[in-house]
Amino acid sequence: MDTIHPQKIAQGGPLVRFADVTKSYGDLTVLDRLNLDIEQNEMVSIIGPSGSGKTTVLRVLMTLETINDGVIYVDGEPLTHMPKGTGLEFASEKYLRDRRSKIGMVFQQFNLFPHMTALQNCVEAPMKVLGLSRDQAEDRALDLLKLVGMEEKKDHHPSRLSGGQQQRVAIARALAMRPKVMLLDEVTSALDPEVIGEVLNVIRSLNSEHSLTMIMVTHQMGFAREISDRVCFFYEGKIAEQGTPDQLFDDPQNERTKQFLHAVLDAN
Amino acid sequence: MSYWEFLAEYLPKLASGALMTIGVMICATLLAAAISILFGLMRLSRNWAFQGPATVYIEFFRGTSLLVQLYWIYYVLPLMGLTLTPFVSGVLALGLNFGAYGAEIVRGGIQSVPRGQWEAARALNLSVSQQMRSIIIPQTFPIVLPPVANLTVELLKATALVALISAVDLMFVAKQINATTWLSAQTFGTALLIYYVMARIALIPFLRWLEVLAARKVGKA
Repeated sequence: MDTIHPQKIAQGGPLVRFADVTKSYGDLTVLDRLNLDIEQNEMVSIIGPSGSGKTTVLRVLMTLETINDGVIYVDGEPLTHMPKGTGLEFASEKYLRDRRSKIGMVFQQFNLFPHMTALQNCVEAPMKVLGLSRDQAEDRALDLLKLVGMEEKKDHHPSRLSGGQQQRVAIARALAMRPKVMLLDEVTSALDPEVIGEVLNVIRSLNSEHSLTMIMVTHQMGFAREISDRVCFFYEGKIAEQGTPDQLFDDPQNERTKQFLHAVLDAN
Repeated sequence: MSYWEFLAEYLPKLASGALMTIGVMICATLLAAAISILFGLMRLSRNWAFQGPATVYIEFFRGTSLLVQLYWIYYVLPLMGLTLTPFVSGVLALGLNFGAYGAEIVRGGIQSVPRGQWEAARALNLSVSQQMRSIIIPQTFPIVLPPVANLTVELLKATALVALISAVDLMFVAKQINATTWLSAQTFGTALLIYYVMARIALIPFLRWLEVLAARKVGKA
């Protein structure tokens, strides 16, 4: 394999950069030489048909899965790779552990820890990973639980919370690590229709009041349109089209985008 | 001789045998528990240096007879220069044998924790050992405890085999009494009763209590 040389990312440059990233499972290519920059404080929505690689974008950025080719940069330095001589090699677990906390993720299925209360879910990693004292971690967690409107349920186990409530705790749990970028993976897809709104409201306030950098994979077209700075339409592991919500939803250029929007908007 | 007279005469002896049974049972359970956790985790390792030996160990001890293993440890090891007391041999054979079954329960328990739990723990940047200790292992307790309870009761009853290598346990004492009195029905009937009381009155409620405790820990009770 040729030596990969790291790109120089200027101060104030993109917070996240996918540079020619390829991910495949055997013969199936899920991400096909993907190039994508996410700017500081940007809210980017990723839409597209299932199997288009949307969720994989988030999973490889969270380092839940390794990539086959290309490099992902976060906060000015390579994430999936680490320097070796003048080039790069795949990152070791230790290298990743020093950087992974910059990224936070919220899952479709919430994945709260069932043996812990809402509060415990939010203090576990800040104490163990960031080295906060229990008091510091609890203060931070309570602030965040308040932010997502779950302060009163702090001592409840996930089994006693509704889906929407669990997802709000999961958002607080991810925020407690103070990530520089938040990944939201179809966070309302597993929710009953009547509680989707409460989760969207939390995301809305994070975006408007806390100007967090977020990448959101979603099927909620209306919400994506309302909240995003940019919308990317994925097709077969590539960005087929991207632009501001108005451009993409009102005046799509790509045939695939038109078909997709037609199908989902008709269904609604 | 009435049954009451029989009890008055032989119950103290049977009780001292029962104490030995309890001793073997507790030591063997502790050994089996340690082996279960160690080999259960090794079985899950992606590293062949760990996974290989664990697989061979489990296959061997599950695939051969406990009685033969017991005889090996007590009668064959001395030929190789290692002589063990009946008590130690019994504990070793039972611990090694039940540890092999326990290791599979541990492996299954860990594997039954949903993948999303690992991913959430990793996304929070917990180290692999932190993921295991604070997220995965606590969730396996409610899953593994029912089969573990089964196995522990099995182990209690299997301790009777150590009588065959002359450890003076409940079964050994019962056989002695039977040989001198020929009151077989009273002797073995009482032995059965004592095993039943140990299992039903002491062990099973204790294990049940552990299950409830574990379920409460995950907020299910």
